[in-house]
Amino acid sequence: MQINQNPTASSTAELQREVAALMVECLNLEISADQIAVDAPLYGEGLGLDSIDVLEVALEVSKRYGLQLQSDSEDNKTIFGSLRSLSDHIAAQRTR
Amino acid sequence: MSLLPLVSHPSPDSIIAWRAEGAVTLRQFLAEVRQLAALLPAGGHLLNMCSDRYRFSVGLAAAIVAGKVSLLPPTPTPEVVRQVQAFAPDVFCLTDSDLRPVDLPQLQYPAMAIGRAGSIAIPQIDSSQRVAVVFTSGSTGVPQPHPKAWGALVACVQAEALHLELLRNTPSTIIGTVPPQHMYGFESTVLMAWHSGNALSHAQPFYPADIRAALAAVPPPRVLVSSPVHLRALLDAGLALPEIARVVSATAPLSAQLAQEIEAQCHTELMEIYGSTETGQIASRRSTQTAQWTLFPGVKLSVEGDSVRACGGHIESTITMNDVIEPVAVGHFLLHGRIADLVNIAGKRHSLASLDHLLNSIPGVVDGAFYMPDESGDARVTRLAACVVAPGMDAPRLLAALREHVDPVFLPRPLLLVDALPRNHTGKLPRAALQALFRTRGARNSA
Repeated sequence: MQINQNPTASSTAELQREVAALMVECLNLEISADQIAVDAPLYGEGLGLDSIDVLEVALEVSKRYGLQLQSDSEDNKTIFGSLRSLSDHIAAQRTR
Repeated sequence: MSLLPLVSHPSPDSIIAWRAEGAVTLRQFLAEVRQLAALLPAGGHLLNMCSDRYRFSVGLAAAIVAGKVSLLPPTPTPEVVRQVQAFAPDVFCLTDSDLRPVDLPQLQYPAMAIGRAGSIAIPQIDSSQRVAVVFTSGSTGVPQPHPKAWGALVACVQAEALHLELLRNTPSTIIGTVPPQHMYGFESTVLMAWHSGNALSHAQPFYPADIRAALAAVPPPRVLVSSPVHLRALLDAGLALPEIARVVSATAPLSAQLAQEIEAQCHTELMEIYGSTETGQIASRRSTQTAQWTLFPGVKLSVEGDSVRACGGHIESTITMNDVIEPVAVGHFLLHGRIADLVNIAGKRHSLASLDHLLNSIPGVVDGAFYMPDESGDARVTRLAACVVAPGMDAPRLLAALREHVDPVFLPRPLLLVDALPRNHTGKLPRAALQALFRTRGARNSA
């Protein structure tokens, strides 16, 4: 059963702030949510997240928005490419 | 010269792997190994970067049949690749990605021709043939090579299959969350499947939902080969999982509590594996039932002063272990942490790993680690620090609990309460990550 799924949804600035705050809280980042640029890379040289961070964020995202992240396609890196891409993915797939 | 078969599956129709398209028989596997072996370039060394575990296994088998050595470095960063190339100038890379992963001559994993049966004879490999070189990161930054001969690898994974009770009439499918390019995944998800008549899943699942999907995609009985980090995430996700006959964990010690939760929630038996890159796997234990490790057949430990050496069984030459090992009976031992972790503060010695163990045994502590900063160079005694994940606890309560177990010189200053430790993808805590954590947090706290 697929609820509310909208593959073309793009995220609002409000959702992006919400997701940024979730990451800061979940990863105990030493920056504030509004310091995460919407299009800066989350991996590597940007925010410097690693795969364990991604697992942690994925767990929080699944709890809050009711979706399970999966990497069966090449989407894994794409979804966590930036705050915008992660938020867009959540907007499209969220069930709550 | 003694010969050992490439794989031990009994029939050409035995299932050796599961891919998205379905089962792969031994017959098909051997045909694909021959096709790939014919395409390999002249170089004698291979960096097998296939992310699909089945393709990795075909690449490994093709290299073995063609007499080439697979190189397994810890992480293929550009610097490590340069060092690997310095070790073996003729190295080429086998990849199943469209991206160019490393700066080496490369062979794209080919599309295989189907339906060409050909010979079903299983290749016989000289047990002294060097088939792999595994690298450890090395204390000086230069990767240290550890050559692996075919006979030793086979003996090791046969012992592992025996200890994990996987030599059964009903073959299992092995699903791994750990990459086949690292020693643990290399042995437990590829070589053990080859030499226990079991099948491997092609998948390399990452998210908990991926693990569930990879489990559901293959028939029971299923064996999940994983690490504490992935198992913790899997439990936290609270997904309904397919039946899992056995869970195997290695790379970092599993707390007794997590071991119990895994067995209860997954209705399974959990086995922990102990080993090192130098020795391969040498022992196992059922963590919910005993703290004692049971050595693989023929492996012996001997105490030489402060150190413990391992020899016998599949171990090719005597190896001094980097862990504090206490033999407790013939064939059994207790593990008390790494020797490299020994700290000496004002003449008092303690194992960092055993301090970590104490810290993690405090009720309310989810994860925690001690950290010994570099000596400052002045006359002041350098003190331990610690970072702890303990929701609802504060530093005074944690220090009070620790004080009950250890000499006050080992109490951490500072003790940072954090939401997660900077563990890497194998669950280990790189010293550099701890250093960075304390540098930033320490500066902030004292500001």
